[in-house]
Amino acid sequence: MPPPEEQFQSIVDAEEKIEPSDWMPEGYRKTLIRQIAQHAHSEVIGMQPEGNWITRAPSLHRKAILMAKVQDEAGHGLYLYSAAETLGVNRDEMQELLHQGKHKYSSIFNYPTLNWADMGTIGWLVDGAAITNQVMLTRCSYGPYSRAMVRICKEESFHQRQGYELLIRLCQGAPEQKAMAQDSINRWWWPALMMFGPHDSESPHTQQSMAWKIKRVTNDDLRQQFVDMTVPQAEYLGLTIPDPEIAWNDQRGHYDFGEIDWEEFWRVVKGNGPMNRERVAHKVKAWEDGAWVREAATVHAEKKQRARTAA
Amino acid sequence: MTYDVPVAPGETAEIEESTQLEGETWPMWEVFVRARRGISHVHIGSLHAPDDQTALENARDVYTRRGEGVSVWVVPSEAVSAFEPDAAAEYVAANEKVYRLATHYDIPEEVGKM
Repeated sequence: MPPPEEQFQSIVDAEEKIEPSDWMPEGYRKTLIRQIAQHAHSEVIGMQPEGNWITRAPSLHRKAILMAKVQDEAGHGLYLYSAAETLGVNRDEMQELLHQGKHKYSSIFNYPTLNWADMGTIGWLVDGAAITNQVMLTRCSYGPYSRAMVRICKEESFHQRQGYELLIRLCQGAPEQKAMAQDSINRWWWPALMMFGPHDSESPHTQQSMAWKIKRVTNDDLRQQFVDMTVPQAEYLGLTIPDPEIAWNDQRGHYDFGEIDWEEFWRVVKGNGPMNRERVAHKVKAWEDGAWVREAATVHAEKKQRARTAA
Repeated sequence: MTYDVPVAPGETAEIEESTQLEGETWPMWEVFVRARRGISHVHIGSLHAPDDQTALENARDVYTRRGEGVSVWVVPSEAVSAFEPDAAAEYVAANEKVYRLATHYDIPEEVGKM
């Protein structure tokens, strides 16, 4: 290892953080840009499945909660774009690459939200899976990413709890309401497990990411952690997880569970999930519809600047 | 979950990092927040905005949605000056003057706490 790389690795090995002005291997920088950009895009696209239900929330209370949550997702996207920008990429360019379909985001947001219970299930399972990953990422070796994660994790806890509480209410309600919750978990369980990515044996970059301490726990270990946490929560709700193979394994000290449909997984990653095209088209439309606001803000800023200079 | 979207067979792991853009990008601002009275403003992140007023309003919405602060500063990022990383190691991190440290001096135990 050449001396700068040796020094870099010794900082990482000592559990200290790498900061933007530090020397870093080109592969480390590229891996981080890719991951943080995709993470930021996920937060931004992630506003859509829930934004879809704001006007149809069953009460003012639930509507206020949902708006606060969607606003948080926008905020998370901004924290992350600003973390990515410390690596020398530009936010507007990253966004343009998303619009062009050259950048991806988490596949989970390519599934539709078909009933109100989905607002609970997304908080409980999708944000629950996100927390499992993001708690790990607070210990990531790159300072700006790690710091963004600390703020995000605090807010994700609200997201998960409001979702689970929403489901408790539905499950304690009329049989139709409980059936709605069951329908929701039937559709979201497997996509939620897919969020953790391919098996470790199919993840060629995991080892390097772990050596750089960008990633601290493998996909399969995180997925297991999530299943162990979630099964008792489903039991409390009285909902059935749509996997007949779920069973406590005394020997392993973990829950066993069935195999993911990897064909579906790759289909959605490649852009052919139920909502891929619609999500990006909606994002582009929102950006274009907002053009006049950005132009007005720019002109207003220039006008104020001129007034200041003249004074 | 993982935010590193898996690379599908036949795809490349590298993603594009820049592209041609029409129009200009808003300048970047560094955001500092005083969490509560009695402590300093601390750097919390950055954002883009066309002017200082908008930057302040955006900073409030992005960084203080849950009472994280009692005061916010925004500073144009281009106004920040810093040592080059190599110079920083030499000028900022240098600690060869051990006689500046209280722990450099041995005080007999019987003198008591000092």
